[in-house]
Amino acid sequence: MPSVEYKDVQAIVRFGFGKMTEACYLLLRVKNAPAARAWLGNAPITTAESDRSLTTALQIAFTRPGLEALGVPQKVIDGFSTEFISGMTSDPSRSRRLGDVGANSPAHWQWGSNDKVPHAVVMLFAYPGQLEVWKRSIQSEFWSVAFDQFECLPTSDMDGREAFGFVDGISQPDLDWQQIREVSRNCDQLTYSNLVCLGEFLLGYSNEYRRYTDRPLLDSGDPGSEELLEASDHPGKKDLGLNGTYVVMRQLSQDVRGFWQFLDKAVDSRRLARYQLAEAMVGRTIGDGAPLVPVSNSPFPGVGNRGDDTVRKQDVRLNQFTYGSDVAGTACPFGAHIRRANPRNADIPGGQQGWLIHLIRILGFGNKNLHADLVASTRFHRLLRRGREYGQNLSPEEALQPAPPNDSERGLHFVAVNANIQRQFEFIQNAWIMRSKFDGLSEESDPLLGNREAVLGCPFTNSFSLPQEGRVRRRVMDIPQFITVRGGAYFFLPSMRAVKYLTKIGG
Amino acid sequence: MTPQSHVLVIAPIKMEQEAELRSLLESMNSLPGQANPDNPIVPFGHFDHIHFARFAILTDRTQEDIHTLYGLPSVNYPLTLAFFADFDGTADDFRADLMQRAGDGLQRIFSCCQDFTPGTDLARWMKEHENPAATMYMNWRGRTVTQIWQENALRLDLEDYLQKNQETFSQKTQQQVHKELREFVTAEAYRGRLKLDKPKPTPFAWWLRNFLHFIGVPILLVLLAPFLLLYLPIFIYQLRSREKRDREYAPRVSTGHERELGNLEDHDVTNQFTVMGGIKPGLFRRWTMSFFLWVTEYTTRHIYVRGHLARISTIHAARWVFLNDKKRMVFASNYDGSLESYMDDFINKVGWGLNLVFSNGISYPTTNWLVLDGSKDEQKYKSVLRRHQLPTEVWYKAYPGLSVFDLKRNTLIRRGIEKSRMSEEELRQWVALF
Repeated sequence: MPSVEYKDVQAIVRFGFGKMTEACYLLLRVKNAPAARAWLGNAPITTAESDRSLTTALQIAFTRPGLEALGVPQKVIDGFSTEFISGMTSDPSRSRRLGDVGANSPAHWQWGSNDKVPHAVVMLFAYPGQLEVWKRSIQSEFWSVAFDQFECLPTSDMDGREAFGFVDGISQPDLDWQQIREVSRNCDQLTYSNLVCLGEFLLGYSNEYRRYTDRPLLDSGDPGSEELLEASDHPGKKDLGLNGTYVVMRQLSQDVRGFWQFLDKAVDSRRLARYQLAEAMVGRTIGDGAPLVPVSNSPFPGVGNRGDDTVRKQDVRLNQFTYGSDVAGTACPFGAHIRRANPRNADIPGGQQGWLIHLIRILGFGNKNLHADLVASTRFHRLLRRGREYGQNLSPEEALQPAPPNDSERGLHFVAVNANIQRQFEFIQNAWIMRSKFDGLSEESDPLLGNREAVLGCPFTNSFSLPQEGRVRRRVMDIPQFITVRGGAYFFLPSMRAVKYLTKIGG
Repeated sequence: MTPQSHVLVIAPIKMEQEAELRSLLESMNSLPGQANPDNPIVPFGHFDHIHFARFAILTDRTQEDIHTLYGLPSVNYPLTLAFFADFDGTADDFRADLMQRAGDGLQRIFSCCQDFTPGTDLARWMKEHENPAATMYMNWRGRTVTQIWQENALRLDLEDYLQKNQETFSQKTQQQVHKELREFVTAEAYRGRLKLDKPKPTPFAWWLRNFLHFIGVPILLVLLAPFLLLYLPIFIYQLRSREKRDREYAPRVSTGHERELGNLEDHDVTNQFTVMGGIKPGLFRRWTMSFFLWVTEYTTRHIYVRGHLARISTIHAARWVFLNDKKRMVFASNYDGSLESYMDDFINKVGWGLNLVFSNGISYPTTNWLVLDGSKDEQKYKSVLRRHQLPTEVWYKAYPGLSVFDLKRNTLIRRGIEKSRMSEEELRQWVALF
């Protein structure tokens, strides 16, 4: 197994740039391809090898129209995934699956549909006070000739919390950079693991199916292919995807006032109950984000093994849990946001088991609990999140006040890294977040992200159920839409070699 | 118990009437591919015993594969129209009912088929063009459309009542909740707002046939066992040599094909799925496939009759049908969720089962020992599947918005309502159904 060449990978796959609290996303269209290639050739792209002393960073990713504008031949484009080629917005069936209908419909987006589809995104990160200078420095002589910068999406530092007030980004998959994780092609993984095969997040490596995800492979005679390395799984082919990956961006506008005011009304303005309901919807406490289910006694791979002792202990406290101890959903509702987004299950229910019991379960028997085996295996559907908040911070208490006349928009620039958009981002968004039938539920989608649109045969999807121990469930009704999609696109995040390839073609 | 039956009527289309047929079928829909239950051609919604129905024009997009992969001449199959229906009761009753209430519409549709001449006795013609299924799966044997409708109305009524009295109910014990809801249902039934029909007696002839099948197949297998065991080493040799030789073929489908299929999907929480493909040439594959489908048929008739097919609990109904002297097969199913989740569910939960049957199909990803690998080659498997998938022109589901899980939960709610006493544990599980 070749070790990963960090200097070929863009840094965002490995780091979140936590200390660079200032950031912005520049959305570009290529005006002049040769100038764009020239700029790209000198772009100070930060790699995953970077030392921690850096105070600024730049990352770049391209959409399919962007690659075309740079002159990537159609034959090469065809090697990218279908959803990347198609884009996030051009297919109504995709919009339906992603929940981008009604108020979320791409027709209303600020960017990402029709003529507002970017060719590229340049992500800039900097230490406090340094972003403006950094931004000016990269907008060098070629910049304005090369690109039409049609959006500069600002971000804001909400001190590690998202706009509703919860700690954000607590749970991340642990990428198997050393490639030590062993998965079998034919046998089930009996326990949940937070250590995930590198191939789920980086192209050119083995994934959770022990396969290589499809990506463009070039013949050695193809223009620019001399810049690329050979594909591990296809000797003789040059791998344009290697050390690159896909990035999903979504601008999610959060109605923070609407959220807290609705909750306040739902619990007759009882302060504690208001927070409790919010916590049930999220699945974590509002204080430090501790899970609502108890921490598991036995450790599992990929949790609590990074950083110093304090960081490890904190990670164990916040992430060493599954829902195996809460099969009735009384501690954490089935529909809670984090239970939907990451169900933390294994390939088959029951944990470690004898071969006979395993066989019985493979045949679909032996599950006493009604919810057992309803949710797909988690390990094939993980995301690495690198998003940033935007807009003015508003505390939960301030949010109860009526909005001033020109209240500004706030929310999240959701940025997710994954090697297979369809199986990772789209699956999670569709089958787990938006689906009104997730885990045996009915008439409800994600309490935070749900678009509340009716689906055929179900007049409403705007409820939220809270199972109660020994009692009948509590159900909150008529939940308004709290989060509206305002933009989005699928990008390819090239490796440094692939960037070099892009500078060589077309001309 | 009323057993479910199914029919598949299949007939070649008159070339010159293809366009007419397509627009006729399209006129039956309210959304792309979604039948309007009240459409005047075949008003499916007016029948209280049809679970699922579909019209699909079967175009074999992969008929060249046998030539490309095996060097054998490909057959140019005519375009055919397929009508699938899953319903309560017997096929004879279904046909008669269909003639009576949708005879004219069906006449219009089938008159676009080659050997349908005006004045033909439609019922007889349909029966003559029926194709039996090698294997049929129905998620819950004996649960009728009426029962599904009644049980859903029951749940909605109870949920509504619970919601309106949420504060009071939150103080009540499980026993009190159960007692009060039972009283409420009695009152609602008295007011004529709820109806829960008692199941009809199981037809004796059906019961006998089923029972004979239940014991007959194992007896036959026991009798055959010595021969099968003797044959096993040869079978393994034949299988392995073929698995090493057979070629997979999994190009990604075109964006156009993807869109055409996607346009018809994800309107309801359930989707239709129609795939067709060629079976690998030679007697070995033909018999292997027939044998395993025969075994599967046994399990779907006697074992998987209550809510799940092995680990899959998202299929409402499915059918495997051989066509053209077992040279081709069509598989049709009705499943919950989007195609991507359906395919993932299959790969992760019953990959072995898919391989057992579908690895006998041309171009399927390479398997080992019949059950290993194959579908586990995720992306190839998904491409092969999508490549063989056909648009379903008209699709009807009698209970939009309801998933397999919904149906099961509703049935369990009803059972609890009909029980006057339950144990502490049963009560806990029952109250958690809401």
